[in-house]
Amino acid sequence: MLERAHILICGGTGCTSGNSKVIFNEFQRLLEEKGIREEIKLIMTGCFGLCAKGPIVVVYPDGSFYQHVKPSDVEEIVNEHIMKGRPVTRLLGDEKDEKGDLKPFNETPFYKKQMRICLKNCGVIDPENIDEYLAYDGYKAYEKCVTEMTPIGVIEMLIESGLRGRGGGGFSCGKKWLSTYNAKNDQKYVVCNADEGDPGAFMDRSVLEGDPHAVIEAMMIAGYAVGATQGYVYVRAEYPIAVKRLQIAIDQAREYGILGENAMGLGHKFDMEIRLGAGAFVCGEATALIQSIEGRRGEPKQKPPHLADCGLWRKPTVLNNVETYANIPQIILKGVDWFKSIGSEKSPGTKVFALGGKINNTGLVEVPMGTTLRTIIEEIGGGIPKGKKFKAAQTGGPSGGCIPAHLLDTPIDYDNLIAIGSMMGSGGLIVMDEDNCMVDIAKFFLEFTVDESCGKCTPCRIGNKRLYEMLEKITSGKGTMEDLDEMEALCKYIKENSLCGLGQTAPNPVLSTLKYFRDEYVAHVRDKKCPAGVCTALLNFVIDADACIGCGMCARQCPAGAIAQTKYIPEGHKLASYEINTEKCIKCGACMAACRKNAISKR
Amino acid sequence: MSNQFKETQEQRDKLNAVLEEQKNVPGSLMKVMQQAQEIYGYLPLEVQARIADFLNIPMEEIYGIATFYAQFHTEPSGKYKVGICLGTACYVKGSGDILEKLKTLLKVDAGKTTPDLKYTLDATRCIGCCGLAPVMTVNEEVYGKITVDDVERIIAKYND
Ligand SMILES: Cc1cc2nc3c(=O)[nH]c(=O)nc-3n(C[C@H](O)[C@H](O)[C@H](O)COP(=O)(O)O)c2cc1C
Ligand code: FES
Repeated sequence: MLERAHILICGGTGCTSGNSKVIFNEFQRLLEEKGIREEIKLIMTGCFGLCAKGPIVVVYPDGSFYQHVKPSDVEEIVNEHIMKGRPVTRLLGDEKDEKGDLKPFNETPFYKKQMRICLKNCGVIDPENIDEYLAYDGYKAYEKCVTEMTPIGVIEMLIESGLRGRGGGGFSCGKKWLSTYNAKNDQKYVVCNADEGDPGAFMDRSVLEGDPHAVIEAMMIAGYAVGATQGYVYVRAEYPIAVKRLQIAIDQAREYGILGENAMGLGHKFDMEIRLGAGAFVCGEATALIQSIEGRRGEPKQKPPHLADCGLWRKPTVLNNVETYANIPQIILKGVDWFKSIGSEKSPGTKVFALGGKINNTGLVEVPMGTTLRTIIEEIGGGIPKGKKFKAAQTGGPSGGCIPAHLLDTPIDYDNLIAIGSMMGSGGLIVMDEDNCMVDIAKFFLEFTVDESCGKCTPCRIGNKRLYEMLEKITSGKGTMEDLDEMEALCKYIKENSLCGLGQTAPNPVLSTLKYFRDEYVAHVRDKKCPAGVCTALLNFVIDADACIGCGMCARQCPAGAIAQTKYIPEGHKLASYEINTEKCIKCGACMAACRKNAISKR
Repeated sequence: MSNQFKETQEQRDKLNAVLEEQKNVPGSLMKVMQQAQEIYGYLPLEVQARIADFLNIPMEEIYGIATFYAQFHTEPSGKYKVGICLGTACYVKGSGDILEKLKTLLKVDAGKTTPDLKYTLDATRCIGCCGLAPVMTVNEEVYGKITVDDVERIIAKYND
C-alpha cells in the first residue's frame, strides 16, 4: 500500500542528543493510537545538516520543515498536520519570501547555495534499510563497473574525473588506485579512513550515519578495480551511532548477497569488516592507521614504501577517506563530464564542511569547490550571532590555519587554502569572533598536537613542546619580542624535519596567526594585554559589587586569600559585597567558577 | 599489582570466551583489549597479564598499547563519567570555562576520579556534536549548548 505522507525524523548524532529518538517513538505511538500507522511512513534518517535548528522533522509531500521539535509538539503535528492537513506554522522557522510567505526549506539561504552529492541521501533515506538505498540507484554503480567496464577502465575514469582525496591531502584518488592496481600480489586490501580526528569536523560521521551503503558500494568498486577482496573500515570509537548503522548496513548487504563470495552474483568476491579506533589522533594518518588495524601502537612509518606496495599486512592497499568514497558511485553513474562541471578546474566536485563555532547556522554544508568563505559564512551560515564582529575562520584543524577577514573572498579549494597558509584538512570550518584570542587559539592547537604526538620523532615530540611553552610564556605576559622570531624559526624547523604529517603541519596554526594577527601577539608581549579578554594572566578578576549577594563562596575558594568583604551593602541585599585585591590575586579563576550569581568577570 | 583488583566469575568467563574467539584472528589484540575493558570497566594489570599469557604476546606490548590510546584506562573510573568536549567548536564557545566550573564543583582534576568512585571528569576530544557546542556528556547522555550556569543542575541529576 502506498503511504499518503512521509514523516522524516533526523537521527544524526546532534538531533539524537536532542531527543529525536523519543520524538520518533511519540509519532509511532500517536499514529497507532489514531489507527493511521499504516497510512504514514515514519523514517529515522541521517543528518539534515542544519544541526543548529535541531531536532528536525520533515513532513512530505508538502516538505514542511519543522525545527526545534520537542516530544510535546508531536501531538499537535499529528492532530493538525497529519489529520487535518494544516501545517503547524509556529515550528516552521521564519524564513519568508518577498510576499511574506514561508519559504520552502530548499529555498532558504542555508540550503539554496548548497549542492549535495556526497550527502545526497543523508536526511532522505532510512540508513538502516538497504531497500531504500537500492531504490535510490543503490549498487547500480558497482553493477555498471563489473558488467560494463574493465578494472583499468574504472581507474582511468576516476583519474579523468579529477577526484581528489577528501581526507586532507587532496591526492588524486584515481592515481592512488592505479599504483595499487599495478602492484602485483595475490592479496590486496581496501581500507576506509573514518578516523576523523580533526576536532570540529563531523562530515564522515554523518555520511556513515546517513548513507552507509554508499561507502560500502564504493569500497566494492575499489576492490573490483585494484583486485582486492577484503575491506576494512577504521572508525573512531567516539562514533557509536555510525558504527552501529554501518554494521547494520554490512549485515544487510551480506544477507542480500551483495557482499560475499559472489558479490551481487557478478562473479567477484568482496567482504568487509569494521575496526574500532581507541582515541589517538595520529591514527588518522595512513601508515599509523594500518599499524592500528594490525593491533599495534599507531605510530606512523617513513614513506616510501607507499601503501600501494606495502600496506596492511605488507600487502598492496588502497586507503581513502569516507567522503572520497561517497563521491565515487555518483561519478560512475553520472559520468566524468558531469563531475568536472562542478567545482573549480583543479578541484572538481564539492566539499562538505562542518560549520561550527561563532556562527548562526551550525551544521553540515556541502558546496561546490571554489565557493568563497564569505558565501559559506555570511549566506549559508547566516552570519555571526549577537551582532559580533568576525575575526577568523579556521580550517584544517590542528594542521590548518586561521584565515582573516580580508581573505574571505578567496574561493576555497585545496591549492588556494595552502597558498594562504591553511589547509583543507577534513573539512572543519570554525568561525571565531572578536571574543576569541588568536594567541590562545594557537596555544589550544599546540596543546592538542603535543598531546597527540606519538613521540617517535624528536622534532615533533620536543619541538612542539618547546613551541607550546613559548606560547604559554606569551599568554602569561612573560613573552619578549625575540620570542616571536624564535618561534617562527622553530616552526620552520619542525615543519621541515618531522617524520609524518602531524609534525609537518603542527606549526601551521602558529604561523598563520603570527602572520595575520601579529598585532595580537604584540599586544600580549609589549602591552601585557589580551585584547579579546581571554588570557587569564593578563586580566584582572573583578566583582560587580551590585550583583554580589555577599555569600562569601569566592573568598572561601580563593587559595591566595585575596578576597575580602567590604562594607558596602547593595540595595535590596542583606550582606555586604566582596572585593578582590588584584595585588594578591594569582588569577586562578576559582572565584569565578564558584560564584553562583555570575558577579565575577575578567577584564 | 593493583591490590583492590576483584572480579566476578561472570567477568572471568566472558573474558575467556573473548580470548578463545579471537586467539587465531590476526590483528585482534586491540579488539580483545576493547572487549576486556567493556567487561571490567577498565584494564587492570591482572587482566593485561592474562591477555598477554593467553595470546602469547609480551606484556610490555600490551601495556604499550594500553597507554598509547586515550580510550584505554588502567585505573577504575567513576560511576558517572562526566565529559566536557574541548574540541575546537566547543572551545571557541567557552567549554574551557565549563571545565573549570566542573573541576571546582566535583573537586577533581581533568582525567581523574573522585575518591568515592562516583565521578570521573574527562576533557574529551570532539565527539562530533559540534552543532550543539559546547557539549557536555554524562555516561551516554549528551547535553548541548550548555552554559556555566547549567552545570550544577545537570550534575545534580547524578547524585545517587
Ligand atoms: C596527523 C594526521 C591525521 C590525519 N587524520 C585523518 C583523518 O582523520 N581522516 C582522514 O580521512 N585522513 C586523515 N589524514 C590523512 C591520511 O593520512 C590520508 O592521507 C587520507 O586518509 C587518504 O585518503 P584520501 O586520499 O581519500 O584523502 C591524516 C593525516 C595526518 C598526517
Ligand atoms: S568540538 Fe565539541 S563536539 Fe565537536
